[in-house]
Amino acid sequence: MAGRSIGPGLRTFLIFAALVVIGAALFPSSYFYRVGTLVWINTLSVTGIVVLLGYVGLVSLGHAGFFAIGAYATAILPQYGLPSGVAMLAGIGGAALLALLVGRPILRLSGYYLAIATLGLGMLIWMVLSKEAWLTGGPDGMAVEGMSARNLFKLVGLSLKSAEAWYWVAGGCASLGAALAVNLGHSPWGRALRAIHDSDVAARSLGIDVARAKSAAFVISAVYAAVAGALLALANGYITPDTGGFMHSVEMVTMAVLGGASSVFGALVGALILTALPQVLTVLADYEHMVLGAIMVLTMIAMRRGLVPALAGLWARRRP
Amino acid sequence: MTLEIDGIGISFGGIKAVDGVGFAARPGEVTSIIGPNGAGKTTLFNLISGVYPTAAGTVRIDGRDVTRLPAHLLARAGMARTFQNLQIFPQMTARDNVMTGCHMRERASLLADLLGLPSSRRETAKSRIAAEAALDRAGLAELADRPASELSYGQLKRLEIARALVTGCSILLLDEPAAGCNAVETREVDDLIAAIASEGRTVVLIEHDMRMVMRISARIVVLDQGRKIAEGTPEQIRNDPQVIAAYLGAHGAAEAEAAHG
Amino acid sequence: MSELLQFIISGVTVGAIYAAIALGFTLIYNATGVVNFAQGEFVVIGGMTAAALIGAGVPVPLAALLAVLAGTLAGVLLYRLAIKPARQAPLVSLIIITIGASIFIRGAMQTLFDKQIHRYDGFSGDAPLRFGGATILPQSLWIIAGSVAVFGFLAWFLNRTRAGRGIRATASNRLAAALVGINTGRAMNLSFAISAGIGALAGVLATPVTFTSYDAGVLMALKGFSATMLGGVGSPLGALAGGLLIGLIEATTAGYVSSDYKDAAAFVVILAVLFVRPQGLFGAKITERV
Repeated sequence: MAGRSIGPGLRTFLIFAALVVIGAALFPSSYFYRVGTLVWINTLSVTGIVVLLGYVGLVSLGHAGFFAIGAYATAILPQYGLPSGVAMLAGIGGAALLALLVGRPILRLSGYYLAIATLGLGMLIWMVLSKEAWLTGGPDGMAVEGMSARNLFKLVGLSLKSAEAWYWVAGGCASLGAALAVNLGHSPWGRALRAIHDSDVAARSLGIDVARAKSAAFVISAVYAAVAGALLALANGYITPDTGGFMHSVEMVTMAVLGGASSVFGALVGALILTALPQVLTVLADYEHMVLGAIMVLTMIAMRRGLVPALAGLWARRRP
Repeated sequence: MTLEIDGIGISFGGIKAVDGVGFAARPGEVTSIIGPNGAGKTTLFNLISGVYPTAAGTVRIDGRDVTRLPAHLLARAGMARTFQNLQIFPQMTARDNVMTGCHMRERASLLADLLGLPSSRRETAKSRIAAEAALDRAGLAELADRPASELSYGQLKRLEIARALVTGCSILLLDEPAAGCNAVETREVDDLIAAIASEGRTVVLIEHDMRMVMRISARIVVLDQGRKIAEGTPEQIRNDPQVIAAYLGAHGAAEAEAAHG
Repeated sequence: MSELLQFIISGVTVGAIYAAIALGFTLIYNATGVVNFAQGEFVVIGGMTAAALIGAGVPVPLAALLAVLAGTLAGVLLYRLAIKPARQAPLVSLIIITIGASIFIRGAMQTLFDKQIHRYDGFSGDAPLRFGGATILPQSLWIIAGSVAVFGFLAWFLNRTRAGRGIRATASNRLAAALVGINTGRAMNLSFAISAGIGALAGVLATPVTFTSYDAGVLMALKGFSATMLGGVGSPLGALAGGLLIGLIEATTAGYVSSDYKDAAAFVVILAVLFVRPQGLFGAKITERV
C-alpha cells in the first residue's frame, strides 16, 4: 500500500470537526450556539440527500417525513415509558424500516414520477402527524422530554450550558455523518451508486443490482434524516408537524443543490446559507418568501451545479 | 462459453423490430452481426443482454437457459457488453469508470464501506490495479485521472471495452466499437478485439466497417428488417446475393452482378 | 341516497377545479417537458385579485377579466424569467425552479394582499338550489360550466388555430417543429400563458365556494398533480377524468370515512397510481431507448 496517508473519510471528519470548533470560537452568545446547532443538524439531514441525490441521482420531495418520524418517536415513546435513547433508536429504526418497505415499489419510478411519489409519501406522514392530536399534539406540536446533552458532558466533568452542549453534539454527529458518506463515495458500493446516476442500463450490464442499490441509498438517507430529526427534537425540547411538511422536504433538497449535491461540503454550505439566511431575513420579514424563492430560481439558472463546484471551477481557472 | 440464440424477437407498437433470429457464437472466435441501418442489430443485443424482454425463443449460455434472467444476472453469468450510443459514466474519471466493471468481483459490505474499514479499502485497491491494467491494454493509461467527459469519442469507445473486459466476462457483446474512429484507431480496436477472442472469450460484434468485419470474423450473421437473411463465413457472405441486395437494393445488386459477372 | 347525491355534487364541483389545474399542468408538460409546481399559485392569483377588485367595488365581470389577465401575465413572466433561461437544466434544477417560483409568488401574494382568507359572493347569488333531494350552489354550476368551456376552448384552439397547432407540434417533437419553422419559444410561452389563464379562471370561479388565501396554492397544485397522474400525464382527456375522479374520491372520503383525512385521499391516489399503473388511465406507456 502506498504510504499511510489519511483516508478521505478521516480527513473529512477532521475538517468538519475543525469547522465545528472554529464556529464555537466565534460565537458570542447562546443564540449563535442555537443557530449553529441547527446548521449542523441540517447538514446531517442534507448529507443523506447528498447520498440519494448526489450519488445516485434520485430526487425525493418527501424526506422530511423521515426526519419527522425520528423527531416524533423521540418525543412520543418516552411518554409510554421508553428511555429517551431507546426511543431515538426506535425512531431511526422505524424510519429505516419504512424506507425499506416503501422504497421497493417507489424506486421503480424515476424522474418526476419518483419526485411526486415521494412527495405523496411525505404528505401522508405529515397529515397523520397533524391530525392525530391525541398522540402528537396536533398542529401545535408537542414538548419533548429526553436526554440532555448537558448530562453527557457532566459525565466527563465538563459543565456546559445546554445550548453549547447541544452544539457540540450536533457538530459531532454531522462530522461523523459526513465522514461515513465520504467513505461510502470512495468504496465499491459508492461506485455502484454513482454508476446508476449516469447510466442505469450500463450499471445493470456490469452486474449491479440496481433495485437493491437504490433501496440501500434510500434507507441510508432516511436514517440520516431520522437522526437529525431526533437531535432537533431533543435540542429544541419541542417539535411541530411542519418538520415533516412539504416545505421542509423542499428545503432539504434545495440546501443540497444550492451547495452542490455531489459532495458533503456542498451539504454544509447549503445548510449554512439556508439556515442562517432566515435569521438574517427577519429584517426583511414580509419579503422573506420572495427572497427565498428568488434565490432558489436564480441559483438554479446561474449556478446549476451548486456553489461549491462553481467556486471550485473559478479557483481552477484562476491558475495561469 | 458458447452462446446460442434461438428464435428471439420483439415488437414495438406493432412493428417486429426483431423476428425469430437465431445463431451460435463460439469461444475463441469473433461472430459478427451486420445489416443495413434499422435492421434491428442493437435491438438484438438488447434482447440478448436482458435490456428488453424477448417475446419468444431462448438464449442459452453453455446449454443453460438464461432467457428470462434480468440484465444484472446475465452479467453475473458471464456476459458483458458495450453500447452503440455510449453509456459511460461522465461524472467519474476514466479509471473509476473501469473500476465499476470490477463490481462483480468485489466483496462489498455496506457497513465496511461506510466505516472505511481496511477490508473495503483493500477491495478498492484491488479494483484499481485491475482497472489500470485494462486501461493500459486499451491504450488509455495516461488518461486514467481525467474525467470521462473530457475524452474523445474514440477514446470513450475503448473505455467501454476496457470496462467490459475487467468484468472477467466470457461472452463479450460489442456494439459498433469502431464507430467514429479513424483508420488508425479502427486498426487498434481491431487488434484488441482479435486478441480478446484469441484468449478464449466469445466475442459477438456489431459493425458497419466491412473491412474490419471481413478481417477478424470467423462467422457473420446478416440481419435485414429484423430477420436473419444469411449466415456463414466471410467468404460466403461476401458473395451472397441476398446480402448484396439488402445493402445495395435490387438495382445495386444488379450492378454488382454485372461488375462481378 | 340524497346524501350520496350531495357528495357527488360537491365532488364534481371541486373536481372541475382540479381538472382545470390538471389541464394546465398537462398543457405545460406537453409543450415544454416541465412539471410546473407553481400551477396552484395561478389559481390563488385569480382568486385573490378578483377578491381585491370586487372588494374595491369593481363590477364582477371586469374584476374577473382582470384577474384572469393577472394570472396570464404571471404565467408569461414565469416562463420568460424562470423557465426559459434554464431550459437545458437537469430535472432537479427545474423542480427547484418551479417550486422556488411558487414560493416567490406566494410571498408576493402575501405582500400585495394579506394573509387573510377571502371570498366574494357567488355570481348568481348564494341561495342553494334544490336538486333531487340535495342542494347545489349556483356557483357550482358556474364552476362546472366554466370547466366545460375551458376544455371546449382548448380543444378548438389546439386543433383549429395556427398557434394551437404550433403548440401541439412543439409538444410532439420540439426539434422537428423548429425545423419546419414553428417558433417553439413562442409556442412554449403561449402554453404557459394559457395554463396560467386557465388556473386563474378556475380561481375566480371557485373562490365563492372554496375561499382563497395566499397559501392555498400548494394543496391545489398537489391535488392537480394527483389528478394528472390518475388521468395520465400528457393527456387532456386524462386531466378531465382525473380531476373529476379525485374530486369524487375526496368528497366520498370526507363523507363516509373522515373529513380530517379528505386531503389525504389525493396522496393515496398518487401512490396507488404510481405503484400499480404509472401511466394512469389514459397516459402513454413509457419506454426507454438505449
